[in-house]
Amino acid sequence: MTRHIISIRDFDRRQIDRLLDNAKRIDAQKYDRNALCGKILATLFFEPSTRTRMSFEAAIARLGGTSISVGSVEACSMAKGETLADTIRVVSGYADAIVIRHPKEGAARLAAHFAGVPVINAGDGSGQHPSQTLLDLYTIRQSMKLDGINVALIGDLRYGRTAHSLASALSLYNAKLHTISPKGLELPSSLITELGERGMEITDHQEIHDIIKEVDVIYVTRIQRERFPDSASYFNVASSYRITPELLASAKKHAIVLHPLPRVDEIDPRVDQLPHAKYFEQSKNGVPVRMAMLLQVIQ
Amino acid sequence: MKKQEDPENEGLLVRRINNGTVIDHIVGGEALNVVKILGITGTTTESLSIATNVPSGQMGKKDIVKLSNRELSKEEVDRIALISPGATINIIRNYKVCEKKGVEIPDLIEGLVRCPNPGCISNTNEPIRSRFLVTPKGLHCAYCDWVIARDITSHII
Repeated sequence: MTRHIISIRDFDRRQIDRLLDNAKRIDAQKYDRNALCGKILATLFFEPSTRTRMSFEAAIARLGGTSISVGSVEACSMAKGETLADTIRVVSGYADAIVIRHPKEGAARLAAHFAGVPVINAGDGSGQHPSQTLLDLYTIRQSMKLDGINVALIGDLRYGRTAHSLASALSLYNAKLHTISPKGLELPSSLITELGERGMEITDHQEIHDIIKEVDVIYVTRIQRERFPDSASYFNVASSYRITPELLASAKKHAIVLHPLPRVDEIDPRVDQLPHAKYFEQSKNGVPVRMAMLLQVIQ
Repeated sequence: MKKQEDPENEGLLVRRINNGTVIDHIVGGEALNVVKILGITGTTTESLSIATNVPSGQMGKKDIVKLSNRELSKEEVDRIALISPGATINIIRNYKVCEKKGVEIPDLIEGLVRCPNPGCISNTNEPIRSRFLVTPKGLHCAYCDWVIARDITSHII
């Protein structure tokens, strides 16, 4: 049976822990540099990406394999009206695994249905982004145990797929969730219900100040300008969700700040120098975590 | 003792059929949706009788659908369970009930309901049918995880 990684919901806690353990071994340079020698990874990105795409390409290269891609969406045959199903069938013949990012939700599941090789979801619409979640968990685990931690999710929690995936995964670790988001960009009610049914404690707050002293992880997501009618209302809202050194002065000593990046105005650049700032470490962790994922699906 | 027929209630509304299927004990008012689920339109060839809001001892009011010269498959029958789980199916051959069965809620339904999520890949030109897992919470889109918790009939394709 072909192994795919489509949604973090498909993982149980044991599987996540095992994958993170493997990533840790890779991070410690304990891996076979030729494990995927001769293997080809196809990267199909129908939406912009910097970190996800490059870290998957770096991951396959570090394991001795190579990657191929279509370049821009305009340059591929989907621009001529080819269905995703046909594109996937064709690319399956060229590669040993496919990484896909697509604007439509469920696109990765469709790809998995038509592919003859393993498919990894690198983000589908506002749906799932499992590799980001795994590297988020990995980064948290570098600083603390995942069990029972207090996590603040800040920013656009409605459309931010990284927040959805992370919240789902944290429910496996009895984490407590604190949500802080502008009106209209709250965590979807269906997800809140689902997480509640899994026993997760979720509290909504008006401001990060209300909870800063209690949280272990501050997970910030980008508030997109296009969600607001004009620049003035965007700046008004965005400024009230900004993470600053002054705010972090009240935080726990071991508290960490994460961001899937790219950041715009959400985190003051002065925070970069503080020990709380782990977002560049988080980004770097994309490589060992994605190496572990590739080994899992291809090897 | 032979049950007395009531010609006033039964005769003209839902007359007996020679061969086909009688779907009984449909929730009152849902008969037209049952017909929709079965894909029967004005252009299909079945002869069809529908009785709605017929008095019922068990249900208060019920609907009945009679289809001449068509025996429903199990898959078709089970789709009815989505909107009327208490419905009963009678397969009629030569005016006699040859088979009587209830409906079972299926685990998976394909091609019957459209995903309400406009961003779902199943609402594009891809060569796939919609696919929903039937869960206690409702219909769960197998592609985008959207859940249809109520008013399923308004999403029937």
